[in-house]
Amino acid sequence: MENSASLLEVRGISKSFGAVRALQEVDFTLRAGEIHALLGENGAGKSTLIKVVTGVFPRDAGIVRLGGDEVAPRSAKAALQAGIATVYQEVNLLPNLSVAQNLFLDRQPMRFGIVREGEMRRRAKALLADFGLDIDVSAPLGNYSVAIQHVTAIARAVDLSARVLILDEPTASLDRHEVEILFRIMRQLAKRGIGIVFVSHFLDQVYEISDRITVLRNGRLVGERETASLPRIELIRMMLGRELAETTSARAAAREHESRKVCASFENYGKSGYVAPFNLELRHREVVGLAGLLGSGRTETARLVFGAERADRGQARVEGTPVRLQSPRDGVRHGFGYCPEERKTDGIVAELTVRENIVLALQAKRGLHRPLPRREQDEIARRYVRMLDIRPPDPERPVGLLSGGNQQKVLLARWLATSPRLLVLDEPTRGIDVGAHAEIIRLIRELCDDGLALLVISSELDEIVTYSDRVVVLRDRAHVEELAGETIDVGNILAAIAADSVAVALEAHT
Amino acid sequence: MRGLPPVLITAIVLVLGFALCAVQFPNIASTRVVGNLLTDNAFLGIVAVGMTFVIISGGIDLSVGSVIGFTTVFVALAIERWGVPPLVAFVLILVLSAAFGAAMGAVIHVFDLPPFIVTLAGMFLARGASFLLSTESVPITAPVYSTVSDFALRMPGGGRLTAIAIIMLVIVIGGALLLHLTRFGANVYALGGSRTTASLMGVAVGKMTVKIYMLSSLLAGIAGIVFSFYTSAGYSLSAVGVELDSIAAVVIGGTLLTGGQGSVIGTFLGVLIQGMIQTYINFDGTLSSWWTKIATGVLLFAFIALQQGLVALARRPVAKSAGAAT
Repeated sequence: MENSASLLEVRGISKSFGAVRALQEVDFTLRAGEIHALLGENGAGKSTLIKVVTGVFPRDAGIVRLGGDEVAPRSAKAALQAGIATVYQEVNLLPNLSVAQNLFLDRQPMRFGIVREGEMRRRAKALLADFGLDIDVSAPLGNYSVAIQHVTAIARAVDLSARVLILDEPTASLDRHEVEILFRIMRQLAKRGIGIVFVSHFLDQVYEISDRITVLRNGRLVGERETASLPRIELIRMMLGRELAETTSARAAAREHESRKVCASFENYGKSGYVAPFNLELRHREVVGLAGLLGSGRTETARLVFGAERADRGQARVEGTPVRLQSPRDGVRHGFGYCPEERKTDGIVAELTVRENIVLALQAKRGLHRPLPRREQDEIARRYVRMLDIRPPDPERPVGLLSGGNQQKVLLARWLATSPRLLVLDEPTRGIDVGAHAEIIRLIRELCDDGLALLVISSELDEIVTYSDRVVVLRDRAHVEELAGETIDVGNILAAIAADSVAVALEAHT
Repeated sequence: MRGLPPVLITAIVLVLGFALCAVQFPNIASTRVVGNLLTDNAFLGIVAVGMTFVIISGGIDLSVGSVIGFTTVFVALAIERWGVPPLVAFVLILVLSAAFGAAMGAVIHVFDLPPFIVTLAGMFLARGASFLLSTESVPITAPVYSTVSDFALRMPGGGRLTAIAIIMLVIVIGGALLLHLTRFGANVYALGGSRTTASLMGVAVGKMTVKIYMLSSLLAGIAGIVFSFYTSAGYSLSAVGVELDSIAAVVIGGTLLTGGQGSVIGTFLGVLIQGMIQTYINFDGTLSSWWTKIATGVLLFAFIALQQGLVALARRPVAKSAGAAT
């Protein structure tokens, strides 16, 4: 469609959660009849943008115009009435009701106060037929596959006269055939003039279906491009990197190349269906960075290394001795520490105090029968609060009240208290404001200089380049390349991530 | 109809049980016994219809027994002591109980409290209020009461379909129509599926919650009036534990205790099963009436286990492929 009238216009949207600025003056334009991909790594602000536009979160600044008129929905329901419908990955329908009831809930055809069941089924069937679906609409929705539930949700949204349809990761739980059906429906709807926002982290699908791409990074708009004229490497650069020039200079001067002692090594280590077998050596006084797109196997590698996931092949060694890493307990016993990405759910215990959070891992390592004396706890907490400059410097404050950066430091302190030999950090700078960001990076370097081995995951390529001695690049759940010394720069990492994906894309089309 | 398999199982249990009873005591298979069974359980049937709505919507109402008790005392005092005409007394108590239910629903929704706690408070409140009115049994002698008690439709075989049994049947049929054929009914199921999703899909969750508890309390009020016809008295200790009997009837009737599935017809069958066990024990004569409770308990266990089995089965997605037409 060459219809270029802008349907949904988002201008200067900002949104903060506490000290974290989730969106900063983001613009977004959706034209009628186009399929517009909204891309960005985790935490880039995609979901926040969607939720702000649909009124789930109130916005701090900015305006939203739909068909030229300003709209400010206060709830998802209001947004729906205005004509903006969202279909989430988790289908928001009722599995215990029939397909027909789901399509017409609260607007069933009525006669004398009684729902015209037959008429409703007939209309439901006709509606779904438009989407190429021929199913028994009187059966409970829960009987059908996720794909059909998605289509039902879309059909309901469209039938409610939606002009803008937002699909948030709709294909994540669909198989290839189901994705085809969904894409066919999306194209049909676009032909009817509906604007579709497509959020996905499957780049192949983005190239297959979308007309235009908008990329967000760290809550800011990186840019809007036409899909056809955006090379894949350029897209990945938009998602991950900043300017190439500025980062290469930021690279720390090559550190002394003395031979470092190997701390832990993994040979042909892997788990089928999780991460392909890899070889990895982690040395003392060295930072290894893991780079790759979302879902490329970075976190999975970290979990295998720590023992949070059990490998089904390969051999792990610690200081040269073969070990078995069956559980996080094993990892802790061998002196490993792991700060997971989901700080809030997997890391800190928000209700406990800073002190209690810091001594948690140390206590677990000692076992329940040898409680740490309170005096020792206080001593440890004080030491790390001072050393890491945790603010406010009050060990008795519940961790939940601290800012993201300080929570991250408490997590670090927890593992440092166990005097580990290897520390695995998954996205240590995610959701942290800029000042704390630099501080965490400085800490990583310092810890390394103290003799620790570090394995760090980050989506910030310039950040990885700054502190890593070696960088392992992952793609499609496999380690594809290892960069060391002078070869580490954003350009090389991007090239390694993007290599081959053209071939992959071609494969997906056939 | 939704939830048919569990209802079917309830029906089979009822028919089998009745057949077994009839084999041992051939006299049971008569319209006389059936008529009495309906009469004896009329108040339970009425209150269980309301409980069905509440439970399908994902809630629970523990206050219904107390509301019945309060109603009998209020009606008895109003007619006998305060000189209120019976019909006016009925209207008053129905308005009062409906308002009571609406208030509970509002509290549940506005303060986002678990229905269990709110209706538990309602249970104590209503029971306490009935003690406040009178601690002793108040006999009702109004002529309306003897007229209603004497009224009955003759069934072939000598059975009597009493007025209160007819009221119960009408309410069961009305409840079934309301639940299965109206928008209100569909919304009740929607709420039981997921309150958040239902609200996202445009259901006015707050209004629905108020209406559902209002309906339950209103039906408890009607059940209370029926109970006062049944006993011709008002007593503050009457209908203690009826909320639990009605929950049992609802669950035996195949309604999912977690909400989202169930039917009024199933509940009716559940009431009949409980009544049937009671009748059997009366016929036997040697058994303690507490065996009713034991048999009900065993049946409840069986039905809950059955539901869990069915739920587990339903979790496995039926591999229906997309009918990719065109």
